[in-house]
Amino acid sequence: MTDTGTQSTSTSAPSFPSDRTCPYQPPAGYQDLAARGPLTHVTLYDGRVVWLVTGHTEARSLLTDPRVSSDRRNPAFPVFAPRAEDQASVVVPLLGVDDPEHARQRRMLIPRFTVKHANALRPRIQLVVDGLIDTMLAKGNSAELVSAYSLPVPSIVICSLLGVPYADHDYFEGCSRRLVSAPTSEESVAARDDLRDYLHRLVARKEAEPGEGLLDELITDRLGDGQVDRDELVMMALLLLVAGHETTSNMISLGVYTLLEHPEQLAALRTDPALMPTAVEELLRFLSIADGMVRVATEDIEIAGHTVRAGDGIMISTSLVNRDAATYPGPDALDVSRSARHHVAFGYGVHQCLGQNLARAEMEIALGTLFTRIPDLHLAVAPGEVSVKPGDTLQGLYALPVAW
Amino acid sequence: MSPHRVSIDSDVCIGSGQCALTAPSVFDQDDDGFGVVRSGREDGAGEPMLKEAARACPVQAITVEED
Repeated sequence: MTDTGTQSTSTSAPSFPSDRTCPYQPPAGYQDLAARGPLTHVTLYDGRVVWLVTGHTEARSLLTDPRVSSDRRNPAFPVFAPRAEDQASVVVPLLGVDDPEHARQRRMLIPRFTVKHANALRPRIQLVVDGLIDTMLAKGNSAELVSAYSLPVPSIVICSLLGVPYADHDYFEGCSRRLVSAPTSEESVAARDDLRDYLHRLVARKEAEPGEGLLDELITDRLGDGQVDRDELVMMALLLLVAGHETTSNMISLGVYTLLEHPEQLAALRTDPALMPTAVEELLRFLSIADGMVRVATEDIEIAGHTVRAGDGIMISTSLVNRDAATYPGPDALDVSRSARHHVAFGYGVHQCLGQNLARAEMEIALGTLFTRIPDLHLAVAPGEVSVKPGDTLQGLYALPVAW
Repeated sequence: MSPHRVSIDSDVCIGSGQCALTAPSVFDQDDDGFGVVRSGREDGAGEPMLKEAARACPVQAITVEED
């Protein structure tokens, strides 16, 4: 970075990311970063100084700027955590490439992720949710909510959508967890390779015996006529499978915790269940579980009085962008009746989350049904005792003991 | 609300569905997933969320012109 290349002191560029203490509040120190915004400098674990974007306007501008790249094969692409040190070795479809490669891949998938398709899945999601709650209630008056509910809901739904056997869930959930949160690159790469091998075998099986999922459609319609090759198809499947359950699972368990810790907001939601879609948008804004979108500039960009140089790394803190007071008055208060539209929890620009409509349907049904069917749900531990995931991965809880 | 002319640049659209989610009376998604203006609603049909829907588009593919 040209203008700060000689600086690496913590006062000019504090380290980023940090770990949350409270599961739903940005880490200590992020307010200082926001005060230095809308663009400031931070230091990544490897000592590299990159731009941190904290302003809502600036984030939306950069995320739609063709001079800002997601291509992890670019040697200048920032490495945000040790596990990503090998990120250039395998092309990650969609989120790791730019247009036109990205657009070609996305267009194969968008027909199955429309608002209409997500809404058509609602009855099936409701069945899954009701079944899991039946099981929890039958077992007694307490549960560990991540394993009993928040993980299986999206996992069962994405399996059904893709045509992946849910019977294999222990295996692929374990691989996914290691992939996104392993402390080292070696462990993360090994998890990725395990998952890739699993999906290669699944695709081969499906070629012999076609089923009814999205993967089967892609095999028949796209692999057959050469629009996608086998490795690319498998990596797309891997991304959809991981993104389809790791993210929503964190939002459901963290959403439950956050509402239980804001009883007046939960009461408002109970009084007016029609608020649920608005409440989900507010939880997405407030929780910002994917806190730290990574990019690299490919040309010089003038923005907010700064010059982002070609080759500079860019991190976008969704938790700070989504609490920009100029866009969201009283941003640190959870308000399920506020209009939280235009948050960047799903990103913005061409890479905005493909599964966002499905995720909204899952969250609305999972949260609404849980609080309706178990009205006296409460935490079974002291609020400070829940274990929070570290700052360099998807934000969430390792476990959420509840009782009723 | 005065009439508008609403259009979507299909070369830019990424099929996120934010228009159809925000203002479903005006916007829909076709079988390929791309956003479309519903037939007969090209004037915005008095939809109060019209401009919000345009602003929600992550790639700014929607144009709303005042007539």
